[in-house]
Amino acid sequence: MTDILVEQEPGTAPPKVASPKIIKRIRPREFKPSDVLILLLSIAASFSILWIIFAQLTLLNGALGFVMLWIPTFLFLYWFVNRQMFTRQVAVDRLIGALVTLGAGIMMLPLVLLTIFVFQRGLPLLSWSVLTHTQQGVVYTSTTGNNIGGVAHALVGTIEQVGIAAALGIPAAVLTALFINEVGGRFTKSVRVVVTAMSGTPAIVAGVFIYSIWVTRFHYSGFAGALALAIILLPTVTRGTEEVLKIVHNDLREAAIALAAPEWRTVWSVVLPTARSGLITSVLLGVAVSIGETAPLIMTIFGNQVMNANPFSGPQMALSLLSYKQIKLPIQSQINLGYTSALVLFILVFSIFIMARVLGAQRTKGNGGLIAKIGKVLSRTSTADVSLIGEDSGHEREEVVPHE
Amino acid sequence: MNSGVNAKQDREVNAQLVASSTTANSSLRVDGVTAAELDAKGVHAWFGDRLVLQDINLVMERTKVTALIGPSGCGKSTFLRILNRMHEIVPSASLAGEVHLDGEDIYDPSQRAATVRRHIGMVFQRPNPFPAMTVRENVLSGLRFNRIKSKFKDEIVEEALTKAGLWNEVKDRQKDLGGALSGGQQQRLCIARALAVKPAVLLMDEPCSALDPGSTLRIEQTVKEISHEVTVVIVTHNMQQAHRVSDKTAFFLAQDGNPGYIVEAGETQEIFDNPKDPRTADYVQGRFG
Repeated sequence: MTDILVEQEPGTAPPKVASPKIIKRIRPREFKPSDVLILLLSIAASFSILWIIFAQLTLLNGALGFVMLWIPTFLFLYWFVNRQMFTRQVAVDRLIGALVTLGAGIMMLPLVLLTIFVFQRGLPLLSWSVLTHTQQGVVYTSTTGNNIGGVAHALVGTIEQVGIAAALGIPAAVLTALFINEVGGRFTKSVRVVVTAMSGTPAIVAGVFIYSIWVTRFHYSGFAGALALAIILLPTVTRGTEEVLKIVHNDLREAAIALAAPEWRTVWSVVLPTARSGLITSVLLGVAVSIGETAPLIMTIFGNQVMNANPFSGPQMALSLLSYKQIKLPIQSQINLGYTSALVLFILVFSIFIMARVLGAQRTKGNGGLIAKIGKVLSRTSTADVSLIGEDSGHEREEVVPHE
Repeated sequence: MNSGVNAKQDREVNAQLVASSTTANSSLRVDGVTAAELDAKGVHAWFGDRLVLQDINLVMERTKVTALIGPSGCGKSTFLRILNRMHEIVPSASLAGEVHLDGEDIYDPSQRAATVRRHIGMVFQRPNPFPAMTVRENVLSGLRFNRIKSKFKDEIVEEALTKAGLWNEVKDRQKDLGGALSGGQQQRLCIARALAVKPAVLLMDEPCSALDPGSTLRIEQTVKEISHEVTVVIVTHNMQQAHRVSDKTAFFLAQDGNPGYIVEAGETQEIFDNPKDPRTADYVQGRFG
């Protein structure tokens, strides 16, 4: 009975086979080396055919046109070969598979190109000196080999502005989402409409708004920028959090209520921990959206060339704004510094992302971290009490087999 | 039989014992005094303007297992949820009537819903351990929610899991997440979680309908064992299960969109072997429903 439930390891011999004859195993969807060959040959053949038609017979040129025609040619050829060699079902299955993979590839293309571009342009200038120096005293002349300065003031500014924006915006966003999804009441709908409208507001409007109510009175500062960024971050995080809270099964809320938990307890101890990993994702999304904003910063932090670590007084710089300003300069080395600034921003977002993932993943699998997990695996025995194995309740199969 | 006031005092004392017992055993020894009688008087229930339950009168006796049977949609679960004030969390829901826990109306304006729910625990149809908590944290969640502090958490965990028939299986897996257990184990974990706060009554809403026969049998054993110290009310679609586990049975029926009502209630043996109402006979013998 255990054998039915525990999948057989490929290496272990199946128990008690009457005759020693080899059982032929079938994997209907297996992609064999010969299939890879078909795929590669289809790509090559479609290229060759199209090259003859496109470049030799019709004398057309242009890479884009070629690629646009190459894709359907390949798809047709791939389908045709599979149709000839196998059945109609296999051919259609492979065709759709190729189509979907291609689509995913095309979607990935801009991201990959963007990453390559930013690294290509920004990496040559990236150095400790650039990270630790500001634009103080840099003279924008066309003389090459001049002191190009650095991005330190912008890095500090971005971290402070986004940090303050996150500190203001994320709690407000999560509370708003909790209000919409957990508390409810008469204003649920109107709050949701407002949040939706906010997410459709152009970022520049947030900048103008903060300019008119804050900057006109208290002058430019990093804090004003943080306020504008918080406005941009709020709807994204609210919507994300709301979606995540919706996924938390109502059974869990009822279970907590039935255990006499007050409403805030239900939310704090059951709903939020259950939604934890999705919550982190939506928060990250908000931070990522706000960290790259430039337009609202022009009107709120203004930008400067020197280090201003005090976000509450005087103009500050931000990485995105620095990129924008540098790239408009007529000096190549300064333009390159703009790309370096973009690269630093890129790396900053990426490291925030990884950090949050690591923090968020800690408790999703077992408690006690890696060592406990290893210990758990080691202590696993095969004496499973079969009568106690319930239905698979949506968790990994290995988790379902109870330990002794 | 205790008067309502005394019983309430017992329970308060009990909660105190859980909270501040000085020896390991004193928190365990109060078993048996906690069970209470639940008495529903003229209960009606509505969702919006639709009456779904009409004039339910039922006494669920101390330390007995009462089974609620009947076809789908006859209001059994609604009635069960009225018994620990879970009905009212549905926004459109309303009700009438009284439910007495050892003589005290749980719907009296002076009663807090949370307090009622602490004394009247519930196990749901689908196993629903808290997935972000470990097995141990799941068992202790009721204490945590109610801010009951105890020096004897180990004892409480062991006791609750033992009562739920799960201790031997999970004693070395207490740090696993609740979701890592099998379906049957999860459901027994939910029973342990409900028992850890020492309820006077345990309500079970089709606790075995999502489980295989082996797990069902295990839960039924658990029900029999815990019924010595806690009053159990169990909703089931499984006639044999009602027959096997319950002392009393109430047969609910709702016909042609009319509100549900109790056709017949009494000793389980009587209901199954010698029902007074022909509809009950038809139902328990599997002729309809």
